[in-house]
Amino acid sequence: MTTGKAFWRTLDELADDPSFRERLYNEFPSEVEAISDPTTRRTFLKLMGASLALAGVTACTRQPEEKIVPYVRQPEELVLGKPLFFATAMSLGGVATGLLVESHEGRPTKIEGNPLHPGSLGAADVFNQSAALSLYDPDRAKTITNLGEIRPWAEFLAMMRATLISQKPLQGVGIRILTEAVNSPTLAAQIQDVLSRFPSAKWHQWDPTSRQHTMLGARQAFGEFVEAQYKFENADVILSLDGDFLGLAAGALRYAREFAERRRPDDAAHMNRLYALETMPSFTGAKADHRLPLKPSEIEVVARQIAAALGVGSASAPSGDAQKFVAAAAKDLGEHRGRSLVVAGESQPPAVHALAHAMNQALGNVGATVIYTEPVEIAPVDQVASIRELTADMDAGRVDLLVIIGGNPVFTAPADVPFAQALAKVQNRVRLGLYEDETSAFCQWQIPQVHFLEEWSDARAFDGTVSIVQPLIAPLYGGRSAHEVLAAMSDRQEQTPHDLVREHWAAKEKQAATSPDFEARWRRWLHDGLMADSAFTPRTVSLAATATAASPVEAAAGGYEISYRLDPSILDGRFANNGWLQETPKPITKLTWDNAVILSPATAEKLRVDQRPAMRGGEHGEILTRLIELKLGNRTVRGPVFAIPGHPDDCVTVHLGYGRQRGGHIADGAGFNAFALRASNGMAYGRGLQMTETGEGYSLACTQYHHLLEGRGIVRAISRDEFVRDPKAMHEGFEAPPRTLTLYPEYKYDGYKWGMAIDVNACTGCNACIVGCVAENNIAVIGKDQVLRGREMHWLRLDTYFAGHETNPETYFQPMPCMQCENAPCEVVCPVGATVHSHEGLNDMVYNRCVGTRYCSNNCPYKVRRFNYLLYQDFTTPSTMLGRNPDVTVRSRGVMEKCTYCVQRINRAKIDSEKQSRRIEDGEIKTACQQTCPTDAIIFGDLNDPNSRVARLQKEERNYAVLAELNTRPRTTYLGVVRNVNPELGE
Amino acid sequence: MSQIFHRSTNSIARVSIFGTIFIVAGLLVILLYINRSPWITRATAPREQPIQFSHERHVGGNGIDCRYCHTSVEDSRFAGIPPTKTCMNCHSQIFADAPFLEPVRASFATGKPLEWTRVHDLPNFVYFDHSIHVNKGVGCTTCHGQVDRMPLMYQEQSLQMEWCINCHRNPEQYVRPKEAVFRVDYQPPSNQAELGARLVAEYQIQKLTSCSTCHR
Repeated sequence: MTTGKAFWRTLDELADDPSFRERLYNEFPSEVEAISDPTTRRTFLKLMGASLALAGVTACTRQPEEKIVPYVRQPEELVLGKPLFFATAMSLGGVATGLLVESHEGRPTKIEGNPLHPGSLGAADVFNQSAALSLYDPDRAKTITNLGEIRPWAEFLAMMRATLISQKPLQGVGIRILTEAVNSPTLAAQIQDVLSRFPSAKWHQWDPTSRQHTMLGARQAFGEFVEAQYKFENADVILSLDGDFLGLAAGALRYAREFAERRRPDDAAHMNRLYALETMPSFTGAKADHRLPLKPSEIEVVARQIAAALGVGSASAPSGDAQKFVAAAAKDLGEHRGRSLVVAGESQPPAVHALAHAMNQALGNVGATVIYTEPVEIAPVDQVASIRELTADMDAGRVDLLVIIGGNPVFTAPADVPFAQALAKVQNRVRLGLYEDETSAFCQWQIPQVHFLEEWSDARAFDGTVSIVQPLIAPLYGGRSAHEVLAAMSDRQEQTPHDLVREHWAAKEKQAATSPDFEARWRRWLHDGLMADSAFTPRTVSLAATATAASPVEAAAGGYEISYRLDPSILDGRFANNGWLQETPKPITKLTWDNAVILSPATAEKLRVDQRPAMRGGEHGEILTRLIELKLGNRTVRGPVFAIPGHPDDCVTVHLGYGRQRGGHIADGAGFNAFALRASNGMAYGRGLQMTETGEGYSLACTQYHHLLEGRGIVRAISRDEFVRDPKAMHEGFEAPPRTLTLYPEYKYDGYKWGMAIDVNACTGCNACIVGCVAENNIAVIGKDQVLRGREMHWLRLDTYFAGHETNPETYFQPMPCMQCENAPCEVVCPVGATVHSHEGLNDMVYNRCVGTRYCSNNCPYKVRRFNYLLYQDFTTPSTMLGRNPDVTVRSRGVMEKCTYCVQRINRAKIDSEKQSRRIEDGEIKTACQQTCPTDAIIFGDLNDPNSRVARLQKEERNYAVLAELNTRPRTTYLGVVRNVNPELGE
Repeated sequence: MSQIFHRSTNSIARVSIFGTIFIVAGLLVILLYINRSPWITRATAPREQPIQFSHERHVGGNGIDCRYCHTSVEDSRFAGIPPTKTCMNCHSQIFADAPFLEPVRASFATGKPLEWTRVHDLPNFVYFDHSIHVNKGVGCTTCHGQVDRMPLMYQEQSLQMEWCINCHRNPEQYVRPKEAVFRVDYQPPSNQAELGARLVAEYQIQKLTSCSTCHR
């Protein structure tokens, strides 16, 4: 790798088409209609005069009267104005993450990871971070209804009792329960209790977010369901078979931490090396030292070639690009027996997972980098078989009572399983769900489900650790939990979910639920957010003969291949009504509010579809692309195409979860429904896809075209060998001007001098920092139309840069908050002093002074200032107001805003330390982005303290300031990337 | 053609041009005074409350400490408004049947909180923290006035930014010894300048005037 390598952000930039450059730089593009407003100069002046006069008058309003409503009996531990933190856990796809939730006078406002929890280690992902918004979602189901009419709970109980009594003599032959993947021991015990009461009843599971292929792959390899846990801290060489272990995987937060710990260049000898085979560019592929883009079906082929080279199974000889890769990867793995790791991903069929297990066994990795335990899911099943059986039973009229707990099977069932039609034949259909969604429309009884922040439950983490889920708030809409619905099916006395969970664990511990000893343990579990030593112990497994059996080969169907993924923001559509997630630019593609048919530039050319930024002037948030018709078997959908670098040719990737019909105000109408294509015989990927251009255009809201590079050294990267030779080599050609080169006097910082260091080498691009920032700082959601205009409000953005050829570029992620410059260009241009330098070096933004000239944003070279063009904040919906952070002003229209280094947290720590007459300790303040970061890539602290972590990092050789040549002297600096390139493969 | 205006009008014109400056300046001064006046700040105007609660009676008469009701003043940004339970601690015994305490008893019985009207109401973009002020020697009465002489609560000071900034720039004029923070009868001694300077050093009081100290 040479220094000064060419980085780029978009395909157009790489192609360097002169017409594209012209479009970008032309602020008033000729294709935009000339400003043809009939307003004359005279009317303009009149209006301006009047506005100016009226603007002054508005300042003279008195404040409206406010009420203070105290408690009647104040809870003892509560100090008004001070938040409390409670431990709980959030489950997704049958795996829980331990969380700490900040509660202001009983309102949960901010979610963080639980540092004690093995699956979190203090970090949280985008779904955890955004859960506070879902809790207050005004579109949630609010009432128990039967055929659309509001009914009391008692009436539901009566119906249930009558049905159960009639089923009793039949042993419950007509009873079916459909759940998602279950990782709650109490819930599983309740289901088993119902099944023992009704021996002929059946429990089915369907959960598109659960790890089906992983579980089935383990069964194929070992003949039983087992869970593989990885120890990345022990792995020197890692091979990913489309395994996005840094993204959507059980334990991903922990794995990302362990992985990043082994990539610290200051310990260059111990850096791990990652090889990735993948289709859709992912976090893992972006962090890989060597990545091979392959069609979904080719991954198994190449994986078998690597395996064969390691003596596992046999395979055809590799050819083409793969030849060198296979040889190098196999050699590297072979040289690191016991210190290597092969990980397969959910988007690959079970056979690839089984192969990965076989490879790990052959490499002697079991016990070192991978251990096996019993599964986290309490009763894993083949879910496709399960839902197919249920559908057949329903269709044959064998089902009298179907209770659907969570999920949205009508929307997510395989396209060739007629679940919805069959559902209509069931006599009594009960649905417990957060929303009145597609499935509710087919059910007579709709019961509003409690959000996990409102319920008592329990949940297992990726390593089996049990957490008690405790409520932060009473159910906002009188929701019911799964435990209550199942309790209604048992013959026991009615119990609260709290008592059910408590008694379940008391029985497990062989103690009385009321004994003081158990009470003490229970309190400890609640306080810590987990049960100590409840993780599974490793067990031995032995490979079955089927471990290296290949996937069943379909007849070559011709056409393209199609790979299905859970959407990185909304998963299977369950978060589709969450504005924070919808507006977060998706990794790599940087799309918001839509999914797309993602393909390679060459394939796009072959299909004669093109995409280009719209010519609007300004920020280029709109990508004009083409709608294309996808035909797989007899199923068709239409979606917009989007070409991205690094995607393999002749295949497409589609993200599931979009195209909701009854998802809520935010969900409906966004994107297209990829579930409508996915059939049960090709859950990971499909073959024989036909694509035809429809001739229709489509606008995608994409943030990747904002702020292009223009050859500046914004990202710096180097190979490990070069770094060892000359740690400063990555900065060659970039020089910062001398400190004397300024007209302004130096600021003095007597107390604290806040600064931040961001390790680009550690950043995996997971977006958690963005959503964490949104949650902490009350940042508004603006909608697709405004993103098209380039007005997104995120204080922290995550820029993606590429280097190399478009077919397989290196990918870099760079979080970009406000740099808090010492010579801040924004400060000097503000005519009203609304952005000024603080005595601790922050660029303070004073909303109440801002008049919205936007000069500061214009003059900011980092483009990190955001302007409220319209009234983006919701000041009227009562439930959303509950969720705001009371320590941060909610900004109104016409005001500039930007990253403050979470000044509310700084002030809180300062006040606390001042009261104790001490200095703030290093690490005491964590900004919201830092706190949630799984890889510890963001470090904040006091630069005046030479021993603080941030001060030490800023002295490292990798440290550099972005756009230092402008002499802005940013307080936030970056640590360059060091890639552990295999010399045999080179660039 | 004869002149329309007499020569003397020239002087009138000159005087009025000159005078306009004073008129405009005068209007501005009036505007500034209006903006600082209680009419805008609502200082000294008692607010309507659900109960005629008298600080004069409770603080001045009974000598109850501020912190008996405003419990979180030393720990939190919010000094705290007492829950109904605090009222009932005494009023289940004293004036237990008084008709004007009916709303308190009703609140206690029904669990429906009392709704007080906020007297000291800062704008929503201002973040004031009680705890750090009382911990650094700013007395209650410095800002809230002689509450022991207020039958109905009113705001003594303007609560405008220039009033805040005045103390943030010159804390030595206002600080008092920590042990006197909650004393309502405290009067600044004659040597306040000397005492203030000493306390500012001793309590390590910083003169924080950065915007983000209060605005975020």
